[in-house]
Amino acid sequence: MFDTLSDRLTGIFAKLKGKGRLTDADIDATAREIRLALLEADVALPVVKAFIARLKERARGADVHAALNPAQQVIKIVHEELVNVLGGEARRLQFAKHPPTVIMLAGLQGSGKTTLAGKLARHLKGLGHQPLLVACDLQRPNAVNQLQVLGGRAGVEVYAPQPGNGVGDPVQVARDSIEHARRTMRDIVIVDTAGRLGIDAEMMRQAANIRDAVQPDEVIFVIDAMVGQDAVATAEAFRDGVGITGVVLSKLDGDARGGAALSVREVTGSPILFASTGEKLEDFDVFHPDRMASRILGM
Amino acid sequence: LSRDKLDDDTWDEVEDTLITADVGVEATREIVGKLREQARVQGTATAADLRAMLASQLLAALDPGMDRGLKATPHRDSADGRPAVVLVVGVNGAGKTTTCGKIARVLIADGHSVVLGAADTFRAAAADQLATWGSRVGAEVVRGPEGGDPAAVAFDAVKRGTESGVDTVLIDTAGRLQNKVGLMDELGKVKRVVSRQGPVDETLLILDATTGQNGLEQARVFTEVVDVTGVVLTKLDGTAKGGIVIAVQRKLGIPVKLVGLGEGPDDLAPFEPAAFVDALLAE
Ligand SMILES: Nc1nc2c(ncn2[C@@H]2O[C@H](COP(=O)(O)OP(=O)(O)OP(=O)(O)O)[C@@H](O)[C@H]2O)c(=O)[nH]1
Ligand SMILES: Nc1nc2c(ncn2[C@@H]2O[C@H](COP(=O)(O)OP(=O)(O)OP(=O)(O)O)[C@@H](O)[C@H]2O)c(=O)[nH]1
Ligand SMILES: [K+]
Ligand SMILES: [Mg+2]
Ligand SMILES: [Mg+2]
Repeated sequence: MFDTLSDRLTGIFAKLKGKGRLTDADIDATAREIRLALLEADVALPVVKAFIARLKERARGADVHAALNPAQQVIKIVHEELVNVLGGEARRLQFAKHPPTVIMLAGLQGSGKTTLAGKLARHLKGLGHQPLLVACDLQRPNAVNQLQVLGGRAGVEVYAPQPGNGVGDPVQVARDSIEHARRTMRDIVIVDTAGRLGIDAEMMRQAANIRDAVQPDEVIFVIDAMVGQDAVATAEAFRDGVGITGVVLSKLDGDARGGAALSVREVTGSPILFASTGEKLEDFDVFHPDRMASRILGM
Repeated sequence: LSRDKLDDDTWDEVEDTLITADVGVEATREIVGKLREQARVQGTATAADLRAMLASQLLAALDPGMDRGLKATPHRDSADGRPAVVLVVGVNGAGKTTTCGKIARVLIADGHSVVLGAADTFRAAAADQLATWGSRVGAEVVRGPEGGDPAAVAFDAVKRGTESGVDTVLIDTAGRLQNKVGLMDELGKVKRVVSRQGPVDETLLILDATTGQNGLEQARVFTEVVDVTGVVLTKLDGTAKGGIVIAVQRKLGIPVKLVGLGEGPDDLAPFEPAAFVDALLAE
């Protein structure tokens, strides 16, 4: 297998002793190694290319002191750039001026939406809010029951007027849920939706209709940290099809390097709000760009 | 691959095609290396030749001669008429439960009888989801108490299947990430306990086609723990190409047997290496 990026860069810079500045050849060799490291971490190719171009630009002007371990210096630059792209400081959820605040979840099948709905409900309830969970996945077998179980665990009401399993209109449920939330004095509405493929035009239209029915303050795109090169196509499809205000990366408790974080962030321009880190409702954390950068670089 | 001369850009394009299909850096370099050698030896000049050569390299990497049949038919010759046992494993959300339903559908359509074992006692409403599939396709579902011992449910499902003389028992298990040692041990136990009634015939790893390089690690660890005999590549109806299975086949020799092409009961198909390669190379 491949050495760590640090080892590889150290190899390149071994020849650098004494020189103060990187030659173009040094920069190219370094860029190649970083490119490989990013691709191995599943960062999407177009994103890698753009990132490397920026990095080369920055490296050209950089004063690298051979005496100070140039490999570490370059890694520091790469790390900083990654943290920048990943969003610098974390952003909080946007709340509506006039409650209820509506949070809609969207993403591919199996990405972790329903679980995240439960986590958000629990988290927000813990902050003193009165959330309502809304069951708008009326398609996947027993998605409604799954949300009801999670709502029960979070101690949060689940609005589920339709049984699902192909029965009921998700757009109608979404619309009615807002009225229900007002009536029952809920200040946050969390709308779980069915998983859908970016290329499924009909399902993307349904998502847009749900969005129009609830006028969300946040549309959160949930993406699995294990996703590979498809992250770009999928993020673009959801960005264009539903609109995205924030991203949650799920299954970060696994050992995938999680390059998708960089891809999605670059494509959507939306901040990564949270990290989902397990199957239990408490396995939930704010997103840390610096940790993510280290993880992508295998540090 | 539109140009007719093999310059550096053409080779870069080949590499990019493979990388963006999730084939991975290592496998891509090896495949491109072989291709360059072949092009040099044959003096190939056109991009059209190159595409054909690339397709055959990829096909070779998938070992098209391998047996991809599902070992899901019963042991009619054995003394106790034991059903075939299929164990379905994989990471969270990959498509295990759906694939159990779809396989049951195919078997039942072929005139077989099926028992489904709901050995995911952990995830919210997982057994209900399998039960819905059971009634959709006409298979009995054996389930246990929520939070109960999954190995016990799996054992009971096989016992029930044997007693009622069905042809196949499909065991759905909870999703687990391969780096969770405790959960992987639990899965190993499920298989051991089931095996007390006879060997498991097929252990299918469900791999989501959108998975990147972590897919290889999934295949490696699940194989270490439960000896995976086949892969089902799900969600191939999306834009993802599923190229990680090339690395899985190369490194571990585990063949893809089936592909998932949607959420419906009939959205399952045999894996066709040539069609897969064509789709991988398509724009
Ligand atoms: N390990 C781990 N598992 C997770 C995480 N988030 C969700 N899961 C699991 O992933 C699987 C899918 O999660 P769901 O919440 O059902 O995903 P979904 O996006 O709602 O799926 P669909 O509704 O079918 O599209 C379940 O087994 C969850 O328990 C996470 O952060 N870590
Ligand atoms: N488009 C598409 N969706 C699929 C396919 N297979 C499964 N799904 C969907 O993916 C999601 C997850 O499928 P499940 O069968 O619940 O996955 P699982 O592996 O059992 O999930 P856990 O038990 O939670 O780990 C569901 O929304 C399924 O409908 C497929 O081949 N194509
Ligand atoms: K595809
Ligand atoms: Mg869901
Ligand atoms: Mg399941």
